Amino acid sequence: MDLVLPDFGLLFWTGLVFCSLLFLLAKFAWKPILGAVNAREQKIADSLELAEKTKQEMQTLKAENDALLKQARIERDKMLNEARIQADKFVEEAKAKAKEEAQKIVNSAKESIENEKAAAMSELKTHVGAISLEIAEKLLQSELSSDGKQKALIEKFVDNISMN
Amino acid sequence: MYGSIAAIGAGLAVLGAGIGIGQIGGKAVEGIARNPEASGKITTAMLIAAALIEGVALFGVVIGLLGGAK
Amino acid sequence: MSVKMSSINLRRFLLLTCVFFFFNNAFSSSSSKEKEFNVGEMIMHHVKDAHEWHLWGPEHGGTSIYLPVILYDNGLKMFSSDNFYHGEESTTIDHKTHQSVNFYKGVGPAKGYALYHEKIYKLDNNNNLKIEEGHVHGNTKPFDVSITKNVVSLFIGALLLFLIMFSVARFYKKNGAVAPKGIAKFMEPLILFVRDDIAKENIKHNKHHKFLPYLTTVFFFIWINNLLGLIPIFPGGANLTGNITVTLFLALCTLFLTLIYSNKNYWTHIFATPGVPLVLLPIMIPIEIVGIFTKPFALMIRLFANITAGHIIILALISIIFINKSAYWGALSVPMALFISILELLVAALQAYLFAMLSALFIGAAVEEAHH
Repeated sequence: MDLVLPDFGLLFWTGLVFCSLLFLLAKFAWKPILGAVNAREQKIADSLELAEKTKQEMQTLKAENDALLKQARIERDKMLNEARIQADKFVEEAKAKAKEEAQKIVNSAKESIENEKAAAMSELKTHVGAISLEIAEKLLQSELSSDGKQKALIEKFVDNISMN
Repeated sequence: MYGSIAAIGAGLAVLGAGIGIGQIGGKAVEGIARNPEASGKITTAMLIAAALIEGVALFGVVIGLLGGAK
Repeated sequence: MSVKMSSINLRRFLLLTCVFFFFNNAFSSSSSKEKEFNVGEMIMHHVKDAHEWHLWGPEHGGTSIYLPVILYDNGLKMFSSDNFYHGEESTTIDHKTHQSVNFYKGVGPAKGYALYHEKIYKLDNNNNLKIEEGHVHGNTKPFDVSITKNVVSLFIGALLLFLIMFSVARFYKKNGAVAPKGIAKFMEPLILFVRDDIAKENIKHNKHHKFLPYLTTVFFFIWINNLLGLIPIFPGGANLTGNITVTLFLALCTLFLTLIYSNKNYWTHIFATPGVPLVLLPIMIPIEIVGIFTKPFALMIRLFANITAGHIIILALISIIFINKSAYWGALSVPMALFISILELLVAALQAYLFAMLSALFIGAAVEEAHH
């Protein structure tokens, strides 16, 4: 029966020992142990986080680099393009200028040819006039040598004159 | 005489608890076999249930001790 | 690693076996000569508290450590229990059963007191004890706060636990937050087990920090005392965690913790259990109130009965030899006792785990916030 009856003396000692053990262990054992373990776990977690962060940073850095590279490439392409366009423009301009120049030369040549031609023509006309006059003179001299011939000619002229 | 009757009582209590804990153990093993990932949780639940049943059996044993000590 | 462990275990088993053999001899030399060997009495003598720590030799006249008796009876009285065990061996007649009962009368400073079944009584005017059906009737008990066998075991266990944990703490203090080595490496997983699998698992809302010192202390306290109880020779062998007083105290601690830290939600569940119709409440409320006390009560009984039962089984198995009065029975009883001892090693850890875990579960229920 007294196996299952509590004993006051033992209860007293158990309470005393257990409470002091709880106090001492809490102060001198659990606090430093759990503190150290928590600190270590925190450290590990922090390190992992840092590693993750670094990885992320590396990734963003790489992405940034890539973007930069890409932009540089685009810019280079743009510059090249521009240069090409510029060059094309230069060539085009030069071509146009050359064409214009050539046109001008051709034009002036044409003009001078025209002038020459006109001059030649007028000279030719004068010559032709003089020659025709001479011919007419000679012809008249030969033709109008007789009166009949003169009359026939006059008749012919009069026929040709239309009275309109 | 008291002692022997108490022993029969304790024996009966242990019998019931034995069947109960046997059931728990068997079902827990079945559960673990079906879902091995949950073995940790099943084990904890099994221990709690076994402890509760065992508590009842131990009441019987203590009563047996009380009778036996007379 | 596992090979090393198993070799250590093997050595431990061999040592245990040797110890059992040694005890067999000690018992057989003492009991066969004198009176009939009473198994029940021997076992009860072992599992109960005592004012001496019997080491070896016959029960009367063997080698014992006599522990101090401290009484508060018209002032503090302190003397060695030697004054009882080597005092006057007396006999009285049981008033009901009319059988003769043996007890000790104290001598010297213990004069006027009697020791009967390891309890101290004041002698009556006739300088005698009045016993009815094996129980003392009429004699008053002085206020007894003696250093008994269990108290010494308690001191040893607490000191051992403190030294172990203090050296673990010193490791961390010296080395900072590094990977553990030596004893810290052994203890840290256990402490983390209590923290993660017992406290954190059962006490929700991150409230477990407050209860962690109690839970770790209770876990290791029970475990180390269970293990000490399994050692058959001096520093161990006391049935401390199998003593109802100790388990009562531990269960009371858990009860008070649940009551002190219980919140509104906990009491709502007791006085107005959600989902229970109003008509049923008069039945539910008493059940729930009784439930508050049966939970720690079951904690108390579970630890007490498990450990005591373990001690009783081992002793009963060893007793087979003495009942049959032949050492050859040792071939049967020693392997069986050895097997139970190994089982008890498991039970020692399991009961510590269960006590801590169920305490955490009850505390967890008391501090749990309402969730919908």
